[in-house]
Amino acid sequence: MTSRRLVITAEVDEAIRRHGQETYPHECCGALVATGAGVAVAVPLSNTTDEGPRRRFLVRPSDYRLAETRAREVGGELVGFYHSHPDHPARPSQYDLDHAWPNFAYVIVAVAAGRAGDMTVWWLKEDRSTFEEGTLHGDENSDSDTAQAVYR
Amino acid sequence: MATRILIPTPLRPYTDKKDAVDAEGATVGELLADLTRRHEGLKAHLYNDQGRLRSFVNIYVNDEDIRYLQKEQTPVSAGDTVSIIPSVAGGAPTDTDTRTDASVRADADVRSVRLQPDRDLPQLTNDEIKRYSRHLIMPEVGVDGQRRLKAGSVLCIGAGGLGSPAAMYLAAAGVGTIGVVDFDVVDFSNLQRQIIHGTPDVGRSKLASARDRLAAINPHIDIRTYETALSSENALKLFEPYDVILDGTDNFPTRYLTNDACVLMGKPNAYGSIFRFEGQASVFAATGGPCYRCLYPEPPPPGLVPSCAEGGVLGVLPGVIGVIQATEAIKLITGIGEPLIGRFLIYDALRMRFRELKLKKDPDCPVCGTHPTVKRLIDYEQFCGIHPAAPEPVTVNNATDITAVELKKRLDRGDPLRIVDVREPNEYQINHIPGSTLIPLGDVPSRYGELDPGDEIVVQCKMGGRSAKAADFLRSVGFKRVLNLKGGILDWIDKVDPSQPKY
Repeated sequence: MTSRRLVITAEVDEAIRRHGQETYPHECCGALVATGAGVAVAVPLSNTTDEGPRRRFLVRPSDYRLAETRAREVGGELVGFYHSHPDHPARPSQYDLDHAWPNFAYVIVAVAAGRAGDMTVWWLKEDRSTFEEGTLHGDENSDSDTAQAVYR
Repeated sequence: MATRILIPTPLRPYTDKKDAVDAEGATVGELLADLTRRHEGLKAHLYNDQGRLRSFVNIYVNDEDIRYLQKEQTPVSAGDTVSIIPSVAGGAPTDTDTRTDASVRADADVRSVRLQPDRDLPQLTNDEIKRYSRHLIMPEVGVDGQRRLKAGSVLCIGAGGLGSPAAMYLAAAGVGTIGVVDFDVVDFSNLQRQIIHGTPDVGRSKLASARDRLAAINPHIDIRTYETALSSENALKLFEPYDVILDGTDNFPTRYLTNDACVLMGKPNAYGSIFRFEGQASVFAATGGPCYRCLYPEPPPPGLVPSCAEGGVLGVLPGVIGVIQATEAIKLITGIGEPLIGRFLIYDALRMRFRELKLKKDPDCPVCGTHPTVKRLIDYEQFCGIHPAAPEPVTVNNATDITAVELKKRLDRGDPLRIVDVREPNEYQINHIPGSTLIPLGDVPSRYGELDPGDEIVVQCKMGGRSAKAADFLRSVGFKRVLNLKGGILDWIDKVDPSQPKY
């Protein structure tokens, strides 16, 4: 069982966690742009949801375009988005699933009581039925290891 | 006339990696229809199951959102540029989300029963997180699902064949409160299937034995035991604190009682039953779903359906069925998956096959129908014909009965008694009264000619039930002197011949 893999640097890992802590108790969000070498960088975006930022995030179309433009400028590719789950586990919610785009990496960071914890990455299954968990490179989150251990 | 459509990154795998493709149509709607015809993979991500554009899919014609133009009727021409632009949205599960598991599709027809709101759910301790990690890593269960299990409660009716595996798995899974109702004592004949009890437990109360086993499996849960027979008087009170009732009963009066009490209290009944090599399971009395009485409005005539003690049961069978009941209880509490509501599962261990019957709620059902006639619990022994309404005059010894001790005395005296054993050949093989003739109950009508109506006949079975029927039959065809051995071979072994094995 090989899972999809998202390669991020320690700095990007740190930047996502910091963003989640800064916006706590609200959700943060941002784009992930892979450079030529395939390593993703984080592009923080504003959360424009009008359904309550404690539990929702929305990247509006203009920001989405901005992210694509940014990706083109650095000669890279938009590979996904990250967001935080304040006081909730780093697992996709039903709402995440309902609004998911295929082929994008969804990085979720759990921020419990203002402190960033678990960080996971997910891809939507082609039939939209569920998310499949991938691995974050260099990621020392024991949860992701256990997820694979089940199949051994 | 072709119009250029800009494709966002996540959809490019469906357009041969192209960031722009051409399609034809006079309106946006026609254009997108043509686009999805050419690139089949786009459809599921642009449209929902009802064929409407998904809410997070934005379509722009020359930088104008079509929501502010004429939506899908917006006209397009060759020079226009149409863009598909994602809104990227998501978020944590909310307290008001009715379903938070990621595997359940938003528009799928899933009937799940959620028993408690997410708020006020107990937190998991570090020990519990370690213990339940194989649950927690599945998004369908996750931390919230495990917290629901911790807050959840299941009452097991019976700590026997079905209750044993069900209660053990429920305990292991972390269902916070498990109740067990039973009044029996562990017997050697239980151990072939009632795996919650062990050989050292023989002679102990089933509840004491079950409590020890469950506490050993999981010390974090609350185990409550009720040493009583479930009755119309205590059922409502016993059921009250529980989310799910798990019916592991072995007789019809308790089965109807459990069903009716569940309907009256609006509690789902994770039902299972077993006989010989076949098992059944369903979820009854869930909101909107059928109940046991929708399937069987009336009990069978007493004695028609033999119990497991009479007919036997394959030891692993209750393992399969009890675990299905536990699975349904867990699904009901966590609200995941598709519960066994309105479906009746039949398992055949010999053929190793599952069949599924569709069950509909019966509008004329006496308990859960539109005009119910049963509005409170009744006398279920009477309903099932086990005791007549007016009890027969109490006699210490029926004139047509004979006790094991009397029989032994008369045999020793040399009385010419003909002993007829009406059990099955495999039972006869285990133990029998020396000199007895084997005629299984089902064969009596065709073989009674082998007996002399002038003889004094003693009919006998395991416990006295089947032989009473045989005695009635023989009298009905003209036999005058028929005695029924009270307590069957078991009493004979207890009182007269302890050298023989019991079963």
